[in-house]
Amino acid sequence: MTLISEQQLPSIVKRLAHQILETYPGLTNAVIVGLQPRGVYLSDRIVAALHNELPANQVQYGKLDITFYRDDVRRDLHLAKATDLPFSIEGKTVILIDDVLFTGRTIRAALDALLSFGRPSKVSLCVLVDRKPSRELPIQPDFTGKEMVDITPYKVKVRWKENDGVDDVILLVD
Amino acid sequence: MALTTKHLLGIKDLNSEDIQLILSTATQFKEVLQRPVKKVPTLRDVTIVNLFYENSTRTRISFELAEKRLSADVVNFTVSNSSAAKGETLLDTVNNILSMKVDMVVMRHSASGAPHYLAKHIDAAIINAGDGINEHPTQALLDAFSMQEKMGKLAGLKVAIIGDIMHSRVALSNIYLLKKMGAEVMVSGPPTLIPTFLKEAMDIQIEYNIDKALAWCDVANVLRIQLERQNQPLFSSLREYNLAYGISMNRLNKLNKEILIMHPGPINRGVEMDSDVANGPHSIILDQVENGVAVRMACLYLLTGRTNPA
Repeated sequence: MTLISEQQLPSIVKRLAHQILETYPGLTNAVIVGLQPRGVYLSDRIVAALHNELPANQVQYGKLDITFYRDDVRRDLHLAKATDLPFSIEGKTVILIDDVLFTGRTIRAALDALLSFGRPSKVSLCVLVDRKPSRELPIQPDFTGKEMVDITPYKVKVRWKENDGVDDVILLVD
Repeated sequence: MALTTKHLLGIKDLNSEDIQLILSTATQFKEVLQRPVKKVPTLRDVTIVNLFYENSTRTRISFELAEKRLSADVVNFTVSNSSAAKGETLLDTVNNILSMKVDMVVMRHSASGAPHYLAKHIDAAIINAGDGINEHPTQALLDAFSMQEKMGKLAGLKVAIIGDIMHSRVALSNIYLLKKMGAEVMVSGPPTLIPTFLKEAMDIQIEYNIDKALAWCDVANVLRIQLERQNQPLFSSLREYNLAYGISMNRLNKLNKEILIMHPGPINRGVEMDSDVANGPHSIILDQVENGVAVRMACLYLLTGRTNPA
C-alpha cells in the first residue's frame, strides 16, 4: 500500500524546505542536522531544495549518528555510521531531520547526542512521516510531511532512489 | 554483522571481516573523542575489571580511558598490592572478582596463554591486553588503524617489523593481522632475535640487513628491545645494537623515499630508535597512542554481551 507516491514525494520535500525557511528566514543562526542512517536521505533532499532558495554558504548541514546513545544499544548489536558536524551548534537553532517519527526513542537519543556537541538555543524536528499514535515518549515534530492518524499493524518503509531504486513511502506487512 | 569470537584473545582467532569491523567502528569512536563531551552512555550497565599481572602504562591507561569514555564501571587490579601476592591462583582471583558481578575482564599476564586458560573456565568476555611473548591484539589493531589512517589502506602495504621479534607479542599480533589484511610483511633485526621458523610458518620475509629492510618498506614498525625477557646475552651491547640496528636520521636520510615510523612504546631512546627519529616528522608514535583509545572502545563495544542475543 502506498502512503506517499513517487509524484507526491518531491512536492512534500519542497514544502518542508519552504516551511523551514518560513519559520527560520534565511536560516539565520540555524543549522540542519540529518540523522543517520536513513534520515540523511531526506535531509540531503531538503538541503538540495534549500540551496535553490539560499546561497550555499548560508546552509550549514551536518549528519549525526545516535547509535551510542540508544536506549536499546545493548539488546542487539547496532553498528554506527559516520557523524559529521563541521560547525558549532552552541547557541544555534538545530533543525533535526529524520524519515519516520515512530516511538520517539530515536529523537530522545538524538537530543542526548546533540548535547555532547554544545548547548543549542533551540532544537526543532522535521520528519517525512509522523506515526503519531505509536509515540512512547512526549516528543512531537515541528515540520511534518505526512501524519498517520490511525494505529496500523504495518511497517512504514521509506524508499529512496539512491538506496532502494524508487522514491516513495509504502506500508508493509510486518 | 557481529564479531565471530566471544573473546579477544588474539588476532589469530579473528578473520578479516572481524578486523575490518573493529577498525571501522574505531573510526566512529575516534570522532566521538573529538567532541567537546567525549563520553557516551553506551556501556553504563557494564562493569569491567582491568587485571594487570604485569607492568603497563599506556595499555592500562588506554583501556581505562576507553572504558570510562563508554560509561562502564571500572575496577583496577594490579598484582603487586593484591592477594595474588599471598598465593591465590589466577582462576580463584578471577572467580572472586566475577562473583561481585563483573561483566568483562581485560587482562595482561606474563605467561603466554593465561587469558586462553581463563576463557575455558569463566563466562565473562576476556580481552587479552598482552600475554607473555604470545599476542597483544589491541596493539596490532591500533597499529593497523594508524597505518590505514595515514596510508589509506592495508592491502599491498609493505611493513617491516624491526628489532626484538623473538620476545615480542606485538610482532606476532602484527604479523597475523597484516597477513590477514593482505599486507606484505618483513621482519628485520639481529639473527639472535628473529625465530627462523617465521619464514615458513607465517610466510614472511626475513632481512638481517636493516638498511635493506628500510629501503624495501612503506612502514617501519620498530620494537623495543625487551631486556626483561632475555635471560642470556643475545647481542653484545646496547651501543652496538644501536649502531647496527638502531633507526637513526642518518639511515632514513639515505633512503630516496619517505617511510612511516611506528613504535608501540615504551621507547628505549638511543637503542632501537634515536630521539630525533622518534620526535621527527615521519613518526606517528603519538598518533598510535591516541588511536589506541578509539580502537579499544571499538573492541569493548563489539565484545560486550547482548542482553537479547540473536
